[in-house]
Amino acid sequence: MRRMMAAIVALMLLAVPAVHAVQPDEIMSDQAKEARARELSRELRCMVCQNQSIDDSDAPLARDLRLLVRERIAAGDSNSQVLDFLVARYGEFVLLKPRFERQTLLLWLLAPLLLAGGGFALWRQNRRRSRSGVDVPVSPLTPDEEARLAALMSDDAKSS
Amino acid sequence: MIAEAGHYALVLALALALIQSFVPMIGARLRDPALMNVARSTALAQLLFVGASFIALVTLHVNSDFSVANVYENSHSMKPLIYKITGVWGNHEGSMLLWVSILALFGGLVAAFGNNLPLSLRAHVLSVQAWIASAFYLFILITSNPFLRIVNPPIEGRDLNPVLQDIGLAVHPPMLYLGYVGFSISFSFAIAALIEGRIDAAWARWVRPWTLVAWIFLTLGIAMGSYWAYYELGWGGWWFWDPVENASLMPWLAGTALLHSALVMEKRNALKVWTILLSILTFSLSLLGTFLVRSGVITSVHAFANDPTRGVFILLILCLFIGGSLSLFAGRATALKQGGLFAPISREGALVLNNLLLTVACAVVLFGTLYPLAMEVLADFKMSVGAPFYNLTFVPLFALLLLAVPFGPMLAWKRGDLLGVTQRLLAAGVAGLVVIAIVWAWTRGGSALAPLAIGLGVFVIAGAVTDIAERTGLLRLPFATTLHRARGLPRSAWGTAFAHAGLGVALIGIVCETTWNSEYIATMKPNDVAQVAGYDLKLDGLLERQGPNYREMIAQFNVSRGGDALSVMTPSKRSFTTRGSSTTEAALLTRGASQLYISLGDVTAEGAIAVRIYHKPMVLMIWWGPVLMAFGGVLSLSDRRLRVGAPKPARAKQRLQPAE
Repeated sequence: MRRMMAAIVALMLLAVPAVHAVQPDEIMSDQAKEARARELSRELRCMVCQNQSIDDSDAPLARDLRLLVRERIAAGDSNSQVLDFLVARYGEFVLLKPRFERQTLLLWLLAPLLLAGGGFALWRQNRRRSRSGVDVPVSPLTPDEEARLAALMSDDAKSS
Repeated sequence: MIAEAGHYALVLALALALIQSFVPMIGARLRDPALMNVARSTALAQLLFVGASFIALVTLHVNSDFSVANVYENSHSMKPLIYKITGVWGNHEGSMLLWVSILALFGGLVAAFGNNLPLSLRAHVLSVQAWIASAFYLFILITSNPFLRIVNPPIEGRDLNPVLQDIGLAVHPPMLYLGYVGFSISFSFAIAALIEGRIDAAWARWVRPWTLVAWIFLTLGIAMGSYWAYYELGWGGWWFWDPVENASLMPWLAGTALLHSALVMEKRNALKVWTILLSILTFSLSLLGTFLVRSGVITSVHAFANDPTRGVFILLILCLFIGGSLSLFAGRATALKQGGLFAPISREGALVLNNLLLTVACAVVLFGTLYPLAMEVLADFKMSVGAPFYNLTFVPLFALLLLAVPFGPMLAWKRGDLLGVTQRLLAAGVAGLVVIAIVWAWTRGGSALAPLAIGLGVFVIAGAVTDIAERTGLLRLPFATTLHRARGLPRSAWGTAFAHAGLGVALIGIVCETTWNSEYIATMKPNDVAQVAGYDLKLDGLLERQGPNYREMIAQFNVSRGGDALSVMTPSKRSFTTRGSSTTEAALLTRGASQLYISLGDVTAEGAIAVRIYHKPMVLMIWWGPVLMAFGGVLSLSDRRLRVGAPKPARAKQRLQPAE
């Protein structure tokens, strides 16, 4: 879906080169470090692409970033140090998982707030209704509807 | 001539839509049946003219008439016929024409099969449909006319974007649009109900089948698109949380909520106001999706600002319809009487919980999609929201929802017995726990979440089975009685079970694929052997071939397992000369629900080729799930209850009577 829509929408003029993301020559010899690099790559955005992580993207910039991540890991950086390094260089745009801070407060807290708010509203409505105790009066059917209803009911009864 | 005829037909359709927008409305006000009946004729005529316009564009593409700009930009005389046809909607103008064609189709269906709707309701519904149609006809005619001619026609076209030259384009966009646009019907019904100030259970009966049809197509459309991305993009990803994908996921989430709340309204006459609001929101999200996709605002806020005509036009449509319908809702909703009391622990309560979780999940996706745009415009703060964010926010909500799914259908209406239902779900719960234990033991040291999630999937499936078993008395009653009961069970009960089980199936597929996916990335020379997940893949050699409008390089792999030859896989790379771009055609080998996946990279100077080989365990379950859900939807659609309430000609209803 992404491919078609994205292509239709935005990439009509840009042909997507179908090359691979992670290239064989990029892979680190240390498997644990390579796994860390892959994990980090999935959290970093290829800044010239449309919402792709550098792990998925085949753009040259993504390759540069992948190599940079591996360079930092090889130099002994921890995962958060690598991320800090990239944010310092490219800004928070590079993070696919936004940091929890003032500007992103609403984004992160949205789900719990809505759940709590929705739950509270439901609880209050339920209390109010059970206190009033009676069903709200329903407007009577028009003669027209009565006839339709009767027709439908008899229809049901006949064939079941 | 054909282009001009198509253009003219579209203008006529606009004229008809304008008549349909007002005359039936006035008729309803004056209680004049003749004026109200105008809606029926104009809706059908509109369908005819838009259909003619669409066929004209298809004909132009098939004939490779490069004097038409749209054909020149998106077609090529050597392109295979199927892609000449699908290329019609593989571009902005054509896909908008498909959009309005489907809108006209739905309007025509309401007109043709809506004979048992109250006359004024039908008039209102079709009028609202015509408002939407008029807005989009204007949009096409003013900003995106597909019939524009080129003064000096070129000899050859520029070809369709190669990634789109795939059978997926034939299926995915029409399905998606049938879903997107199908929700316009529930929207129109909601607006009509607000205008008339009356809404009842019969209203829900009329709306539900339409919503269900749209939902089935949207479900299949999204799943189809996801599978297409999976096999065509070449890195085996199937969901990217891309704004364009989110644009289709949001109406799906809201539509799923609508499907469930309409059920409460139909059965218990409760949640009326909420159902109306959901109908409005679902279609608003479809419109928002259209805006996000069509305006280019996602690619970059600046791209949007540079060429804003189309974007601003759709934004206007968006504001007009969403703002208008919500203000109408705010003004009239209080007039709608609430009814149907229920205890919190009841089928209604469960459906309310379903709605709460689905709408919150939808809001999360909406925020994740729009928040970065808003921050960039308002606070000049550039940020990204991607998969890791949704994994932390959307996924827990869905886990909660899935945990509740088996309880819903087993609770009684009005007042349910949670303890009793829990006891009856004990077997399903135990099945889930056993699976958790087995998977845990089997994959010691691996992710702790994966076994839990698989257990949850099993619980959901077992819960769906339990529900059917309870209703039919399986294992409790003699088998013949069970069989008889199973046959007598409403189709919608089967539909629920299939749709819910589909959720579990998809979940298991998703977890297996993401957790135990194995990958092999290397450069290979002929006769090299790659070992992935117990399979040996030997690269036999590379060969070149000429396709109709591309050259292709094919790699041949012999796949074997434990020395037994299994199959030959031939991934390839295609270079399209006209556009100077290439695509990878991944090779897939299906083994049960799992797949081996090979895609090719570049050839090095020494004649070696970069390859990516994946083993994706249980990956097909990701798409079997939605197919099951859609099948459940179809079963539910064939339920007698909905058929009776559904707009259908009276003749068909009479034929049903002597059945038993």
